[in-house]
Amino acid sequence: MNRYYDFAPSGLSRGWSAFRGWLGGLLDNKPTRVALIAVGIVFVYALPLLNLPVITTSGVDFGGVMFDAAAYALIAVGLNIVIGYAGLLDLGYVGFYAIGAYTTGILTTYHFHWPFLLALPVAIAVTMLSGLILGAPTLRVRGDYLAIVTLGFGEIIRLVIVNTHWLGAAQGIDNIPAPPNIGPNAPGQGGGLFQVPHLSWGTFPNIIDVGHKTPFLKFGPIDAIPFYWMIVTAFFIVIIADILVKNSRVGRAWEATREDEDAAELMGVPTFKFKLLAFALGAAVGGLSGAFYATRNGFISPATFLLLLSELFVAAVIVGGAGNRWGAAFGGVLVAYLPDRFRSFSDWRMLVFGLALMALAIWRPQGIFPPRRTRRALAAEAQIEELEGEAVDV
Amino acid sequence: MHTFTHQFFELTITGLVLGSIYALVALGYTMVYGVLQLINFAHSEVFMYGTFATAWVFVFFDQTGVNSIGGEIGFLLIALVVAMLVSGGVALLLERVAYRPLIKKNAPKLIALISAIGASFVLSEAMGLRDRIAAWFGLEDNLGNYVGNARNNYTMPVQINPKGLFTIGDYTVTDIDVITIVAALGMMFALQVFVSRTRFGRGIRAVAQDPESAALMGVNSTRVIQLTFFLGGLMAGAAATLYMLRIGSTRNDAGFIFGVKAFTAAVMGGIGNLRGALLGGLILGVAENWGSAFLGSQWKDVVAFVLLVVILLIRPQGLLGESLGKARA
Repeated sequence: MNRYYDFAPSGLSRGWSAFRGWLGGLLDNKPTRVALIAVGIVFVYALPLLNLPVITTSGVDFGGVMFDAAAYALIAVGLNIVIGYAGLLDLGYVGFYAIGAYTTGILTTYHFHWPFLLALPVAIAVTMLSGLILGAPTLRVRGDYLAIVTLGFGEIIRLVIVNTHWLGAAQGIDNIPAPPNIGPNAPGQGGGLFQVPHLSWGTFPNIIDVGHKTPFLKFGPIDAIPFYWMIVTAFFIVIIADILVKNSRVGRAWEATREDEDAAELMGVPTFKFKLLAFALGAAVGGLSGAFYATRNGFISPATFLLLLSELFVAAVIVGGAGNRWGAAFGGVLVAYLPDRFRSFSDWRMLVFGLALMALAIWRPQGIFPPRRTRRALAAEAQIEELEGEAVDV
Repeated sequence: MHTFTHQFFELTITGLVLGSIYALVALGYTMVYGVLQLINFAHSEVFMYGTFATAWVFVFFDQTGVNSIGGEIGFLLIALVVAMLVSGGVALLLERVAYRPLIKKNAPKLIALISAIGASFVLSEAMGLRDRIAAWFGLEDNLGNYVGNARNNYTMPVQINPKGLFTIGDYTVTDIDVITIVAALGMMFALQVFVSRTRFGRGIRAVAQDPESAALMGVNSTRVIQLTFFLGGLMAGAAATLYMLRIGSTRNDAGFIFGVKAFTAAVMGGIGNLRGALLGGLILGVAENWGSAFLGSQWKDVVAFVLLVVILLIRPQGLLGESLGKARA
């Protein structure tokens, strides 16, 4: 038995597939599966409280970073519907993020003074509608043209905001209210129904940091963790909806459209309608994330919604693995988290990020977590190639 | 409306001048797209390196103060050549590092896009951190004039004043306007001749039409792709010198919006089509100027993008259609 063999790429991938097999075996057992998923969900909720040594960011509020990571994961899942499922390259997704944030901002501040929870569904509806309005003309354009048209629309939305006084123009909108608190909020009490202490890993006996607690649920500018819990909840709801839609007739229609639009049309799939649906659903998720961003930050300005952000979103989806919702979510987390984690590089982080994108594209072109169908398709392709190779040999 | 009628000639002519610079950059997008069917997102950085190269030539020859075109014409020509070579070199590097490994693997288009976005970040940030990179070699003082204030605007050390030559309508056309248009059109004409008349150009057209058949006919597609990137880089470098002549300052992120506009011009004219790039660039330049006269200059970019969307809805293949390969050109 050669020890080094384990480190060779084939050994590594063999180990990985063994691990997958083991995991798959575990997941086949229903009670284990439910238990594992429950543990996973609890872990995700508890993550900002745990202060885990390596992953916790220094110098930046970890709760805030986790909120950003979750917001990006949500966006990536939404954009994955457009890019991964329907195969439409949308380079103007930041526009929907902006529309969600601005609808929330305008409805809750000086124009209307709505409470956040009332504004949220309206923001989602408005973004979805804007997705339909923008999609109806642009989705008739095919392929790469769609990329530049959506890019144009993303920039138009930002420029319209910059130039419209009613939308706060370049100064933006501030004093966007937070969601309502739950539980008593008397001064001096800290607020909330109860308070969750954080963990601390510095001194062994005092592993529970009693001096540092997060109230449940008090939304304030100081502690981002309740916002994180809120957006994670939204994320899980969106994921469930995503699973349901993807496994339905709609998901199959998207897949057919993506693989071969003409063939899909011939088989009776109204491709335009389904593309529009993907566009609108993706937009709605982007708007949802934008609304959370607005209420968490309390302040929005057009300077946040640059085209560059669209590129980052697309990068998140493709790096994570377009077509795989968990891959896309992971990509979103990565894109939001890495620059904050490596703040010590501060000036160099965008450079390093660019290098990482190039390296990933070259060495793992299918994304970190490619969708399962791709792997199956790859195996089929390899088989065909093998057969063809034999034929040539004969 | 008032400004529009009063400044009609000025708006149109300066629009054409700016548009010809867009067109030069658009050529790079259009040629790479014609050959590879890829949007070269990092082309804007190729252009940006050219703008710096132009300014550095003037720093190198220690040209300061205010001068006219006549006094600087020699240096301008040197700057033009240097900027073209620098941009061409960056384009070659880009092809080698960000594209060739993916083309070899026959990776999906979206992945090439990500690689290009990554390369664009790297190139732009490397320019923005050039003082720090120089410091690695202990050169930050010696090269202070070149690398100082890396994150801020970098202005040409010499200010070139335009001189009025003749008037059209009520606008006095300056020597800078004339030089820009003549140089841009000359470059484009040379490229057109190169692509349509030479052996190398035939190779480019062959790969654009059908890469596999071209390979069977003995065309080295890697060479052709390299050549395509290099030619696009040369054009972007020329555009960069003309841009600096007009605008006079640049920055490590100056390429981005300019690049998006140039790509818009390429798509508008019909991507893959050299004449389309010229037409798209000119239309975009004029439309921007007219639009800002009607609505105010803050709506300039909105006009550009709305025009793009409208044109693509009416003529999805662009004004002149897409055809680097088919072009009798």
